[in-house]
Amino acid sequence: MKILVPIKRAIDYNVKVRVKSDNSDVDLNNVKMAINPFCEIAVEEAIRLKEKGIATEIIVVSIGPKAVQEQIRTGLALGADRAVHIETDAVLDSLQIAKLLKTVVDKELPDLVILGKQAIDSDNNQTGQMLAALTGMPQGTFASEVSVANGKVNVTREIDGGLQTVSLTLPAVVTTDLRLNEPRYASLPNIMKAKRKPIDVISAADLGVNLSSNIKLLKVMAPEQRKGGVKVADVAELVAKLKNEAKVIS
Amino acid sequence: MSILVYAEHDNESLKTETNKLVHAASAAGDDITVLVVGENCGAVAQAAAKITGVSKVLVADNVAYAHQLAENVADLVVELAASYTHVFAAATTTGKNFMPRVAALLDVAQISDIIKVESADTFVRPIYAGNAIATVQSSDSVKIVTVRAASFDAAANDGGACVENVDIVKVSEKSSFVSAELTVSERPELSAADVIISGGRGMQNGENFSLLHGIADKLGAAIGASRAAVDAGFVSNDMQVGQTGKIVAPNLYIAVGLSGAIQHLAGMKDSKVIVAINKDEEAPIFQVADYGLVGDLFDILPQLEAAL
Repeated sequence: MKILVPIKRAIDYNVKVRVKSDNSDVDLNNVKMAINPFCEIAVEEAIRLKEKGIATEIIVVSIGPKAVQEQIRTGLALGADRAVHIETDAVLDSLQIAKLLKTVVDKELPDLVILGKQAIDSDNNQTGQMLAALTGMPQGTFASEVSVANGKVNVTREIDGGLQTVSLTLPAVVTTDLRLNEPRYASLPNIMKAKRKPIDVISAADLGVNLSSNIKLLKVMAPEQRKGGVKVADVAELVAKLKNEAKVIS
Repeated sequence: MSILVYAEHDNESLKTETNKLVHAASAAGDDITVLVVGENCGAVAQAAAKITGVSKVLVADNVAYAHQLAENVADLVVELAASYTHVFAAATTTGKNFMPRVAALLDVAQISDIIKVESADTFVRPIYAGNAIATVQSSDSVKIVTVRAASFDAAANDGGACVENVDIVKVSEKSSFVSAELTVSERPELSAADVIISGGRGMQNGENFSLLHGIADKLGAAIGASRAAVDAGFVSNDMQVGQTGKIVAPNLYIAVGLSGAIQHLAGMKDSKVIVAINKDEEAPIFQVADYGLVGDLFDILPQLEAAL
């Protein structure tokens, strides 16, 4: 079984982003970048399926400028077998990303595509579902458990009221939630080995996908800062303040 | 402008998110249709017809829609979408699941998790876990939008729209429902509660969450948790408040023994009044709290329960 894992280069989750002074966008100059945490969970899940003998090959794919090869190398060091880099400097929406990924799906014919449920930069939570729609695949989003057997994948999903399990025929799309697994660290020998694994570089312009977006970013503002309030001395003062000052309890 | 609003419900009752969606939609246009998709959901449709500002309710009532599987719902909405300029759904796990499929099948973008409608084509949404607020404009023929319900007031319930059945049935052979484990609670749901009391890693274990129960009962509060508390296995995932959990904005949010990681703040910083109880006076939660109480939660919680 072949697994395709699309990954995104995103701001490191420990970095607090700042808005540019002209409010045109956020400032990513000299900011530490990393593989999006949910994508890392997707890579880990693919590796675990390979370790269980269910998957035979793992391909990571990333879209963006040359720099995304850093994250591709991370994916390869974690255990992916080979990689595809779709190179473009364009800023893309989820729909264009999904269309580009569809070209990889059409060529590689994976049995399972595992993606992070959202990227921590754009917070869109769209790409996996869009890819599923475009390829006609069923989807299991926000997965906390994945089990593959007999041409099907059962996905336990984290939903607002609790958990839901769906059964999907393969090929299928799965998007990962936080509790699906805890990603491993790449070992030094695997990091060295990853340098020799093949990356197939394709220009996005050659894939016949319209890369223009109908969404225009008008401005980006810093959020209104909430001011810290006061410290109270004890429970009695707290309850008095909530009753008489904030008037949120009676 | 004609807007299709996807009702949030569990086949038995309509969720207040739907009223908030209608309110949000009314800023984009005044011809609002609510779509109820489910099984045996007639009562939900009747409730939706009462929402102020709704001109029509469409009901697709079929076993194929019992669990609102994304494949079936998306195909249905795509077929209906041709008559509308906008489709709005809540940014809940239901809306997040099927709406991007609708957008992709219509070959348009989706605008996720909006917190404000500037005009019929311009929307405001948080990015980077709420550390930046983007204003975006869409030139797509139909706008596919998910809405952060907590950011909008609820439309009232004094309307009287007509209810029409939709007999389009879409069934994917590729996806089927197996089971659900839903949390049963007498307390209000996080997304609808006026008061929320949340515990973090400082609660130390799941049993200690019972210290929050008495306070929650006295305040009519829902109980939430930080990601750290959920990851540690203290409580179940559906209680998580934060960037990747539930986004809430109650009148009163009481944060107990949680440090205030940015991912958590992203989920609750729009609350009207925030109270923090933590023994570490340097905890970042105090920077956003209106009232901070430094001390041991195991001393403070019983006192608080007694004082209420």
